[in-house]
Amino acid sequence: MTIFGHKAPLTAVVGLAIILLNLLVALAGPYLAPYGETQVVGGGWDPASAAAWFGTDQIGRDMFTRLVYGARMTIGIAFVTTILSFAIGITLGLVAAVAGRWVDALISRAVDVVLSIPLLIWALMILNVLGQSLFSLVFTIGCLDSTRVFRLARALGLNLVSLDFVEVARMRGEGLWWVISREILPNAAAPLMSEFGLRFCFNFLFIAALSFLGLGVPLPYADWGGMVKDNVGGISFGLPAALYPAAAIALLTVGINLVVDWFLSIDARPSGAQAEM
Amino acid sequence: MADDRILCLEKLRVETIAGRVLVDDVDVELKRGEILGLIGESGAGKSTIGLASMAYARAGMRITGGTITLAGTELRASTALYRRHTRGKSIAYIAQSAAASFNPGMTLMDQVCEAPVVHGVMGRAEAEVYAKKLFRTLQLPNPDTIGDRYPHQVSGGQLQRVMAAMAMSCRPDVIVLDEPTTALDVTTQIEVLALLRDLIAEFGTAGLYITHDLAVVAQIAHRIMVLRHGKTIECGDTVQILEHPRTDYCRALVNERRDAEHLTLSVPDRAAPPILRVRDVTAGYGTAAAARNAVAVVKNASFDLAKGETLAIVGESGSGKSTMARIVTGLLPRWSGDIELAGKSLPPALGRRPNDILRRLQMVHQMPDTALNPRQTLAQIIGRPVALFFGRGRAEVRARVLELLRLVGLPEEFADRKPGQLSGGQKQRVCIARALAAEPEVIICDEPTSALDPLVAEEVLKLLKGLQDRLGLAYVFITHDLGTVRRIAHRTAVMLKGEIIAQGPTEQIFSPPYHPYTEKLILSVPEMHTTWLDEILQKRGGAAGLVAGAAERPAEVTPAARAAAADAGAVAETERMAAREVLGEGRGAAGLEALQTEVRNLKGMMEI
Amino acid sequence: MILSRIGLGLLTLLVVSIVIFVLTQILPGDTATSVLGQNATPETLAAFRHELGLDRPAALRYLAWLGGVLHGDFGVALTNKQDIVEVLGPRFRNTLFLAGYAALMALPLAVGFGILAAIREGRLTDRLANIVALLAISMPEFFVGYLLILNLSVNHEWFPSLATVGTDTPFGERVWAVTLPAVTLTFLVTAHMLRMTRNSVLSTMSTAYVEMAFLKGLSRARVVTRHALPNAASPVISVIALNLAYLVVGVVVVENVFTYPGVGQYMIDAVSKRDVPVIEACGIVFAGVFITLNTFADVMAIVLNPRLRHPR
Repeated sequence: MTIFGHKAPLTAVVGLAIILLNLLVALAGPYLAPYGETQVVGGGWDPASAAAWFGTDQIGRDMFTRLVYGARMTIGIAFVTTILSFAIGITLGLVAAVAGRWVDALISRAVDVVLSIPLLIWALMILNVLGQSLFSLVFTIGCLDSTRVFRLARALGLNLVSLDFVEVARMRGEGLWWVISREILPNAAAPLMSEFGLRFCFNFLFIAALSFLGLGVPLPYADWGGMVKDNVGGISFGLPAALYPAAAIALLTVGINLVVDWFLSIDARPSGAQAEM
Repeated sequence: MADDRILCLEKLRVETIAGRVLVDDVDVELKRGEILGLIGESGAGKSTIGLASMAYARAGMRITGGTITLAGTELRASTALYRRHTRGKSIAYIAQSAAASFNPGMTLMDQVCEAPVVHGVMGRAEAEVYAKKLFRTLQLPNPDTIGDRYPHQVSGGQLQRVMAAMAMSCRPDVIVLDEPTTALDVTTQIEVLALLRDLIAEFGTAGLYITHDLAVVAQIAHRIMVLRHGKTIECGDTVQILEHPRTDYCRALVNERRDAEHLTLSVPDRAAPPILRVRDVTAGYGTAAAARNAVAVVKNASFDLAKGETLAIVGESGSGKSTMARIVTGLLPRWSGDIELAGKSLPPALGRRPNDILRRLQMVHQMPDTALNPRQTLAQIIGRPVALFFGRGRAEVRARVLELLRLVGLPEEFADRKPGQLSGGQKQRVCIARALAAEPEVIICDEPTSALDPLVAEEVLKLLKGLQDRLGLAYVFITHDLGTVRRIAHRTAVMLKGEIIAQGPTEQIFSPPYHPYTEKLILSVPEMHTTWLDEILQKRGGAAGLVAGAAERPAEVTPAARAAAADAGAVAETERMAAREVLGEGRGAAGLEALQTEVRNLKGMMEI
Repeated sequence: MILSRIGLGLLTLLVVSIVIFVLTQILPGDTATSVLGQNATPETLAAFRHELGLDRPAALRYLAWLGGVLHGDFGVALTNKQDIVEVLGPRFRNTLFLAGYAALMALPLAVGFGILAAIREGRLTDRLANIVALLAISMPEFFVGYLLILNLSVNHEWFPSLATVGTDTPFGERVWAVTLPAVTLTFLVTAHMLRMTRNSVLSTMSTAYVEMAFLKGLSRARVVTRHALPNAASPVISVIALNLAYLVVGVVVVENVFTYPGVGQYMIDAVSKRDVPVIEACGIVFAGVFITLNTFADVMAIVLNPRLRHPR
């Protein structure tokens, strides 16, 4: 199968299908869901049946409906976070690469400090200050994650700035904006695209983990991480309710990773290990 | 009659995994003790043939047809174990870049002794004694202790000789030399060349000598095979190829090289006033404020450039000639001194120069691959300076772009292509067109032909010369190649360690009395007759003295590297220079691709 | 060189400690109000502030706090007035035990299969390892954790579902109790390490000197062990250190899945109760471990680089 003019292996096709399915569910959520988001349709942890395909959750809401609504929330938040993270990261990264040494040193050292300890630890401390709300969640994770985008964008910028065609543009007296938007960004697009996929995965899992820990998406919204936490009680009775949202998280991440992996391997050359002996 | 053919390739065919043919139906015969020169431009398949003679194909390539017979045994039909045992033992390899071909974590002695011990030719102690003998033969300094060093502790020329010792450590029947002197400076090149020739002769080894330089191969090979696009063009005795080439392609190659040995230009009447004046310029990496600890790469350089004239700046790598270009263009602000364009002093830094000056001073880079934005069409690339400097409308810009394409000899329909669809020579023409689009008075050419194959380079030189005659342009032409200087430069300045040590009309520079360094440079360029090397060695009082001189020369830390150590901001600069050096060696021609790989690796490390 | 790297590590730790202090103590506003509530009289608030030392300037408070931390004194928890060190100490040991257990399983697996995948690049082993690693990276910790619990301890009662251990739990029992969380962690960390090990070995396999080694007629095993691996060692070691550091963080979620009494669970508890001194203490402990491991990795990279070991 060929996608974007490149031959795609089976894994990439599967990954793409998973992503499309998730997007569809997220966009068409309310039309797909058989019940309302908070509608109670049965007892707690009813087993799967024709009426409730995945059974019901801990207080009797339809699991399938909750999963569909959860897709919106979970994917949407991760997406917005990643966009924010990219906006901040790329701007700062390219500015650091193109502007002077002092600006670069200042931003880079600050990022080094942030990255010197795990982002989860920062997130826990910042969320403690900001309190629990959708805004603070997106803001915190977006800012924290932008440090990584920054590093990539800066490295890309530095490498591209030293390329001769950028030098030519500078010698022509082009402004900073032209150099970034016309000379650098078009050439940095491919690595940044893959990075977007990876960062989305990371943020998606990060937010799910925070929700699972009770610090992520606040009530009463349905989100997959929170749903896992809510239904954990059933596990010890052998009830798999908590695993459905967890599996949904895993599925989407697998899909994105499969596609990104293919994307990265497209122009990778074989290494010396493959020489004919 | 016993078969004295030691290596025999018949109907050899090598393809990429994707099915592109790299080497097609090539026959090679090598007798014992004979040296065959394989010559061709990049992409001719000469290195691939060299490796294939060891039954080895790089990743992504496959030997798909033909036979490889070494000392009577067909390698492709034998076992992998047998093939492995012939490599290093019966047939050895000398690579282009010695610095990259040595494991940085092992001592030289460990690496030289590895093959003989593994192949059971000698015990370790014997191998060491033998290696030291080879080191002595190759006139390496401190032959008894140099083996204890690590690769980064010896200079490039020495490392190349250690690699020769490594190849000889099992006394192979055949040795494959893949551009062994290309990465070296001209003055080091002849020393290594002479030693390799003597070594091969002394051991009676047969050799495949791969190079792109006809004059180099003329010194060492008995026979020459000319390749192009993976096919044999012509094969014959060295003298026959040099004196009576049979095919047009060979004739063109030989003539191109011969032209380079003669002066073609003389200084025009000195009526024209200088358009560019450089006075006592000093600069280096790092700012002038930090200049006290930084090292100046260019010191007190002065020259004049008249309208319609070409000034060549020649020197070996590290002489500061490329830095000179960066100072004039303002990419590297000068610390002191003055630069005047048409009588007006230029601000040192690029950012402070008015648009008009930026327009009048253009530059053509060494690597056309990296000098063109791969995401823009030629119309965008060439049209931008037109729109920026002259503020014309779309239609006018387009018309001008087509005019410029015609001017540099490219078809108009190229306007909507992207650089990736062009050959190296065509890309360089686009770079020239882009420079012309600004209607400049001075163009700085930073080795514009050194990344190109000889015939293509010649065309580009002709184009530059033609444009100069028509448009009255003045060129500062930076190069390491004296042949290029002879063909294009009215005047020449010779740089050594950041200083201009001699300058004047090219005629004068190239005739006695020489400055001693200029003479050394001139004498180091191989000429197109087979006895040149012997003559030159004789002139210099024998190989021994010559080589000893080189061996004692300490391995220098480049000024840029030193500056970088002192100044974090210069690091990017140094990396750029290093990258350019790598590119200059003709390895990673696709800089962007390498960059993307690097970014991928980088990302892998930041995963968490 | 090494000393300056260690110095940099210490400096980073110091800066991080300042940021943590500012973040937890100064930004959230008045601790006294939040503890005593809105209707406390100004006098009680003032007295409370004085008792906690909140009426002193921030810089002095930071120095006092830092001094305490350096002496192993993290203060007392706000909620239950327990001495933090007494709770944190055993929990920290538990966390290290879990992380160490996981590392013990993950290291040989990841490095072994990473090298194997690199050597057999593009073949079945490599592709299989790649896909499995990709799946493993994509799984959230709690999914793997609960899957294991559901299958191995609820449906078949092979392992305990809750990794509850006390200070007096015997070693054997402790190992058994911690196996499931350790396996969960191993699963995640191995995948990362495997991919990164593979990549760094592959990049050395593409170098000119490895090609030269092949052209000298050395066997594949010798080329890999003598030429490729020693030069891949330094990136691999930083990969390992990075992942060990990640292990220490990964425990936060895993500890909560298995209600394992470690630092991660303690910190989450504290965040939900807004117990500032505990959050601070846990934060600085995690930061310390992380920065130490990273510094160690960089030092190893310096030590293993022949250019730095044998200067001209």
